[in-house]
Amino acid sequence: MTKVQTDFKLGSMHCRNRVWVASGTFGYGDECLDLVDVNKIGAIVTKSLSLKPRDGNPPPRVVETPSGMINSIGLANIGVDRFLEEKAPFLQSLDTSVVVNIAAGSVEEYREVLERIESTDCCDAYEINVSCPNVKEGGLSFGTNVRMTAEITRELRPLTGKPLIVKLTPNITSVSEFARAVQDEGADAVSLINTLVGMSVDVRTRRPKISTTTGGLSGPAIRPVALAKVYETIRSVSIPVIGIGGITSANDALEFLITGAEAVEIGTANYLNPNVAVEIAEGITTFCQENDIRNVSEIIGTLQTDQTISVVKSWM
Amino acid sequence: MKIELLPVVRCEQVAATVYALHMRSFYFASTIQPGQFINIKVQSGFYPLLRRPFSVAQTQDDVITILFDIVGEGTRILSLKKPGDMVDVLGPLGRPFTLPQSDTVPLLVAGGLGMAPMPILTKWLKANGFKNTETFLGARSKDYLVDYQLENVHYATDDGSQGYHGTVVSLLDQWFTDNRGTEVTVYACGPNPMLRGLQNLLQGRSLKGQVSLECVMACGIGICQGCPVESVNSTKRYRLVCNDGPVFDIHSVVIQ
Repeated sequence: MTKVQTDFKLGSMHCRNRVWVASGTFGYGDECLDLVDVNKIGAIVTKSLSLKPRDGNPPPRVVETPSGMINSIGLANIGVDRFLEEKAPFLQSLDTSVVVNIAAGSVEEYREVLERIESTDCCDAYEINVSCPNVKEGGLSFGTNVRMTAEITRELRPLTGKPLIVKLTPNITSVSEFARAVQDEGADAVSLINTLVGMSVDVRTRRPKISTTTGGLSGPAIRPVALAKVYETIRSVSIPVIGIGGITSANDALEFLITGAEAVEIGTANYLNPNVAVEIAEGITTFCQENDIRNVSEIIGTLQTDQTISVVKSWM
Repeated sequence: MKIELLPVVRCEQVAATVYALHMRSFYFASTIQPGQFINIKVQSGFYPLLRRPFSVAQTQDDVITILFDIVGEGTRILSLKKPGDMVDVLGPLGRPFTLPQSDTVPLLVAGGLGMAPMPILTKWLKANGFKNTETFLGARSKDYLVDYQLENVHYATDDGSQGYHGTVVSLLDQWFTDNRGTEVTVYACGPNPMLRGLQNLLQGRSLKGQVSLECVMACGIGICQGCPVESVNSTKRYRLVCNDGPVFDIHSVVIQ
């Protein structure tokens, strides 16, 4: 059997493989230890952290939609202080990389959260959430404004030598414009997509099915959109792109890697099977073995863009 | 906590609109506690996408049973399961009911399919020496009373078609009046309007109670934060039905 090299480096961060778990879909890593060998995950991206604990939005917060779900959690989280006290020591003890995701309502808050985490050296990289659709202040109002997105990156960049990943929203006209802006400010990578704004109505009561009327759509329904946004971004920036959106299998993940994503994050699929990231990573290795590929990196960005002539039978 | 593929033993109709699905698993049958739930992926693929949470109604040897009503696609698909079909089950999940104080009479109060956790609770209470449980079962009408493996049942129907004519909460109120001085422990599950009524009744009589809440969930294990319930007098505004519950002190939550 071919030995397949699966690891990769993003700046100073070394990941054992290219399959991560996305923010908000894996808690703080300690919730489902019965079900997952967390040390086989490429990286754990934490639930978004804000300076103070946040209660989150009123119920109902989730609703299922065709091949997906809409959520409006509202960044419910324990806040940076409790994170450092209760969660960071466990995450540090793991033999897997840890990416702290930060969400904030102001540039100052982003700075303060990052500085507190940085002072403890409890993570390997940061993912900056400028794109949560479910909170009033900050969130999408930052992520849909290219100047604000650039400013946040500029302010945070000097504060850490660790990789700074900016998580981008698809709820704008041109995601590549945002990717270029954060690249110009020194971001080490971009991750995309965050959820698409979506809505669902209960016809019987004529009420929205979640409390905030609109929320974030995720799951397999958004995968083709995510892949197209990743494709657009890869063609316009030179920094690594991390693909997110509706990935549920190794095949799905390979679509993103072939398109050019350096890594992928698994989100909604964790709710069905918290071990899915490990299974996807193993599936990618199997694909490599079957195709005599010795390093997963050989797959990245190998998309063939000459005219499609192959007959795709799998849809039958 | 585990994910297992469980073979279906059988799926049977036990009331006009209610099904009992029996599945075989030594692990689940031997670990589930009354009030806990399981999260079921009703079929593979993306439709339905998310798991669906169900109270475990009974365990017998290596078989577990859930009770459900057809309320959507997930439950419709479950109702069609045949012996030998495999069902993808995650569990056991959530905090269970706790034992009553000794020398009290356990009162099990349920509305509609809220009776789902009561059979296993009844069995467990008996096994722990509480022989004299009383069950109060309410529904819209006779057809919706799910009398499945319950004991000492007092019925209440909104239309009077069986038992007491009125709500199960008024029936319980009458029982309290008739049984002054009896020390009780209340266990409840049912639709929210009924639980609010019960909350008020117990508050008025300074009685405690444990309630099992129902909520739409995405993960069932506390990672998605999708199933909050507002808490009373707590430092945290919300608690999660999946992880902090589904069983709560009835006076600790705001039932909407």
